[in-house]
Amino acid sequence: MRFEHPATFNPIDQLKVIGHPTSRIEGPLKTTGTAPYAYERHDVVADQAYGYVVGAAIGKGRIAAIDLDAAKAAPGVLAIVTAENAGKLGKGARNAAPLLGGPEIAHYHQAVAVVVAGTFEQARAAAQLVRIDYVKGDGKFDLAAERDHVSVPDPKIGGPADTAIGDFATAFAAAPVQLDASYTTPDQGHAMMEPHASIAAWDGDRLTVWTSNQMIAWGAEDMAKTLGIPKENVRLVSPYIGGGFGGKLFLRADVLLAALGARAAGRPVKVALQRPLMFNNTTHRPATIQRIRIGAERDGRITAIGHESWSGNVSEGEPDMAVSQTRLLYAGANRMTATRLAALDLPEGNAMRAPGEASGMMALEIAIDELADKLDIDPVALRIANDTQVDPEHPQRRFSQRQLVRCLNEGAARFGWNKRNAKPGQVRDGRWLVGMGVAAAFRNNLVTKSAARVRLDQQGRVTVETDMTDIGTGSYTIIAQTAAEMMGLPLDKVVVRLGDSDFPVSCGSGGQWGGNNSTAGVYAACTKLREAITQKLGFNSEEAVFADGAVRSGNRSVPLAQAAGAGDLVAEDAIEYGDLAKTYQQSTFGAHFVEVGVDADTAEIRVRRMLAVCAAGRILNPKTARSQVIGAMTMGVGAALMEDLAVDKRHGLFVNHDLAGYEVPVHADIPHQDMIFLDETDPISSPMKAKGVAELGICGVAAAVANAVHNATAVRVRDYPITLDKLLAGMPV
Amino acid sequence: MRSFSYERATSPGDAAAAAAATAHAKFVAGGTNLLDLMKLEIETPAHLIDVNDLALDRIEETPDGGLRIGALVRNTDLAADRRVRRDYGVLARALLAGASGQLRNKATTAGNLLQRTRCPYFYDTNLPCNKRKPGSGCAAIGGFSRQHAVVGASDACIATHPSDMAVAMRALDAVVETVRPDGTTRNIPIAELHRLPGDSPEIETVLQPGELITAVMLPKPVGGTQLYRKVRDRASYAFALVSVAAIVQPDGSGRVALGGVAHKPWRVETAEAELPNGAKAVSARLFADAKPTRDNAYKLPLAERTLAAVLREARV
Ligand SMILES: Cc1cc2nc3c(=O)[nH]c(=O)nc-3n(C[C@H](O)[C@H](O)[C@H](O)COP(=O)(O)OP(=O)(O)OC[C@H]3O[C@@H](n4cnc5c(N)ncnc54)[C@H](O)[C@@H]3O)c2cc1C
Ligand code: SF4
Repeated sequence: MRFEHPATFNPIDQLKVIGHPTSRIEGPLKTTGTAPYAYERHDVVADQAYGYVVGAAIGKGRIAAIDLDAAKAAPGVLAIVTAENAGKLGKGARNAAPLLGGPEIAHYHQAVAVVVAGTFEQARAAAQLVRIDYVKGDGKFDLAAERDHVSVPDPKIGGPADTAIGDFATAFAAAPVQLDASYTTPDQGHAMMEPHASIAAWDGDRLTVWTSNQMIAWGAEDMAKTLGIPKENVRLVSPYIGGGFGGKLFLRADVLLAALGARAAGRPVKVALQRPLMFNNTTHRPATIQRIRIGAERDGRITAIGHESWSGNVSEGEPDMAVSQTRLLYAGANRMTATRLAALDLPEGNAMRAPGEASGMMALEIAIDELADKLDIDPVALRIANDTQVDPEHPQRRFSQRQLVRCLNEGAARFGWNKRNAKPGQVRDGRWLVGMGVAAAFRNNLVTKSAARVRLDQQGRVTVETDMTDIGTGSYTIIAQTAAEMMGLPLDKVVVRLGDSDFPVSCGSGGQWGGNNSTAGVYAACTKLREAITQKLGFNSEEAVFADGAVRSGNRSVPLAQAAGAGDLVAEDAIEYGDLAKTYQQSTFGAHFVEVGVDADTAEIRVRRMLAVCAAGRILNPKTARSQVIGAMTMGVGAALMEDLAVDKRHGLFVNHDLAGYEVPVHADIPHQDMIFLDETDPISSPMKAKGVAELGICGVAAAVANAVHNATAVRVRDYPITLDKLLAGMPV
Repeated sequence: MRSFSYERATSPGDAAAAAAATAHAKFVAGGTNLLDLMKLEIETPAHLIDVNDLALDRIEETPDGGLRIGALVRNTDLAADRRVRRDYGVLARALLAGASGQLRNKATTAGNLLQRTRCPYFYDTNLPCNKRKPGSGCAAIGGFSRQHAVVGASDACIATHPSDMAVAMRALDAVVETVRPDGTTRNIPIAELHRLPGDSPEIETVLQPGELITAVMLPKPVGGTQLYRKVRDRASYAFALVSVAAIVQPDGSGRVALGGVAHKPWRVETAEAELPNGAKAVSARLFADAKPTRDNAYKLPLAERTLAAVLREARV
């Protein structure tokens, strides 16, 4: 099904099932521990052996020699795979650094060996006996030091390295009020609960991997490419995923090493990345240095806005597109952005929790707050004064929907923003200095092809199959709701099967594109199934109504169970998009309000209240969508106050590589969170009239926290995370 | 993890004797620290002596009006004990500020005292660390040292002792009771239990090989207002950047011990004479020989401010 024109009234608009706060249909499996995650698939294949990964001990250089004798002689060892004996390996299109390193070492903890043994303990013990001599090379690990030795990248996503509209330099110089400030964001790790984990089994030259991956088709394709085998020979299965946050978008070492280990051992092999390996072995969100310049009239109207960003990556790696939102969020005739990339030898940087906007909004939304200070204008009012209903770079392109102003106004009213004291450092509640902060939320809505197969059986049940994944987001549930709505069935008559490369290729989970596109794909397949049913029954498809488990036309009504007839009725289709994403700018909007307390003695920062107001198209399931947003808000607090992969610039690694050292918020850090969705449908986006939701929830949160800290203390911190050491000097004596 | 043999000891004397009789033996209590370190081969005992059956899990009153806390008393139970809450509030508060509920259910009194540093370089066997591998160097010096010691450190090691409980015990003048492999017992004032790193940071306590902690004795209650304040980046489940255990008497005299700043709970008795003169004066004495790194210099003003806050709270 091609989606080329704005959606009109369709079966989804009935909202009998869609739009209801349905609890997750797979929830009981998860709460009873019966949803099988990759590492626990004891049932799928017999005789599983265990692989333990050895990570490189240096940040850059080469392996001079490997001595496997002691490890091979250790009890239970079945095989050891290194680059020396793995055979020729290719590299996935979406991998920068090779997943199995050696002799060249691209980064710390790059996998250099997998030891396979009969038990996990044997594999772990033997892995410690692998002796590797390294020759250390000269690596570059310091982004700030490389800032002046950067290249102009050619980003695959997120727009060109340089953009310019009007005459930024002249307009900025002429502006009566100017802000010119630099900000930094640190490297961050996904730190999801479930590690990367895979069980690989060979059947002749065919490989099956039970794994934990957000993008099944990408993973299968890159696995085939890396092993040099036909894509058809690789099957990936990933029905349940314990968090990914972008860290499982791509093929990673666990899949490859399980497959290589299984080939070498002649047995199925399971591999989970050890937690201390995950932070350096896999991908992370790269650090940025950002400079923002804004020129404004005294009434607050922006006349010039410029955003430059520097990040680093391994060879073939991409820059963090921190400037993206600045091209679209605020009005202003003169604009520029620039993205520069340093060659670093730290682990590979890649997508994490709203890549681009998450780091970009951390800086931009402090800058707006600083501008409001300079102008002596309320920061909510300043944002409203610079709203635009068109793409500021191409004024003929309208936003399909843009309710930023309503989000800000509604949020301000609900939060009690009028109680904020504009003068910072004034409000006290016992030992706490109290402040409020606001930030806009912005994240693009991406539309991309997504397919599904639906089958109607003789019990009147509809089974949906698509390689879409549920990474804890609620995909199972909204897909079931979509099929139920389309076919006029109750939810319990819909079966959803996900995460298998044997199923039609979906959009997968990432970039907040999963919900809208995967359900639109199911919509397309169900539309086809409806046609097949009406055709079979000789009904006029225009008039047929699917409701209450039956299909009706005029005075004829046939239960769906009967419509299937002797065999199953199967339909498969994909949603594909025309030019609407070009003619309109599709984005999602919100406003974050945060109140913090800062301990007047110790400068410890604790969030007291949070509110997000989001406008993100039709909300297919307010319960699962809310969970996404409050989770994202929590991540925003982490980004604001603690998440920081500490770089050792001599040894070239992230030092705090476990969950004790890399802090993310715990329950005690998260106060009452409020979040509301504005009523919105976006017919430009898809037949579902929905858009991305989840990542919107993180974009801007950290800046709202930062702005609240400033309001509380009068100390402006421009380097994340905002930890107490950065505030102490400015605290009351 | 290296393979190891395992036994369950049935009496303290046997446990200590067994530890001396077997090469590379270690005691295991709650296991919450030791087992993690064994998995990473930071600890590689060849033999484990499980001390959980030694009947050292009682809290008893001593003839001189104090408490004798068995080495195996769990942190949860100790924090909840009525007598501890009433008479040794600083200890109950310190315990509850540590780790998580689940960990405290396992963690024991002796194990807590002997837990090892959380220096991230100590935890990565690829990197130099004098404490883990004597003579290999100290990666934290010149590296990421935000958490590290500001006082009492050496050129060999700048690690901190991570325990909260021990800081409170230091303020309470606790005494550690042990039994040695030859069956003799001794009492070690807690001030003397932990060593400063010096040239041999791998030697962390004055305990001899095979010496088993059997109990910790608290002297008769000293009264006063007893507070424990732990400063950290997140609200729970994090080690202290700085912590202050304080016992302040109505006349303004008192005791303070600090955590997160040194290789052992940091108490300088002479500094306490300055208590009536306020936190600045006390800090000046406590940190007279401080040598912070660039990353952790903030701990000095933080410690002083935290101390000031605690003293203020104690006096209201
Ligand atoms: C995630 C995490 C967070 C934590 N957070 C904190 C925190 O915030 N604050 C804090 O204070 N602690 C914290 N801890 C540490 C925790 O308190 C210790 O792990 C625990 O107290 C150790 O006690 P255990 O009985 O489990 O010791 P074990 O692991 O069994 O033993 C530790 C050491 O003591 C030795 N030992 C044990 N018993 C005896 C004995 N009777 N005689 C002689 N030697 C003995 C062992 O041989 C071993 O060397 C944390 C731990 C974890 C894992
Ligand atoms: S500070 Fe101590 S524990 Fe840390 S690396 Fe240095 S020697 Fe090792």
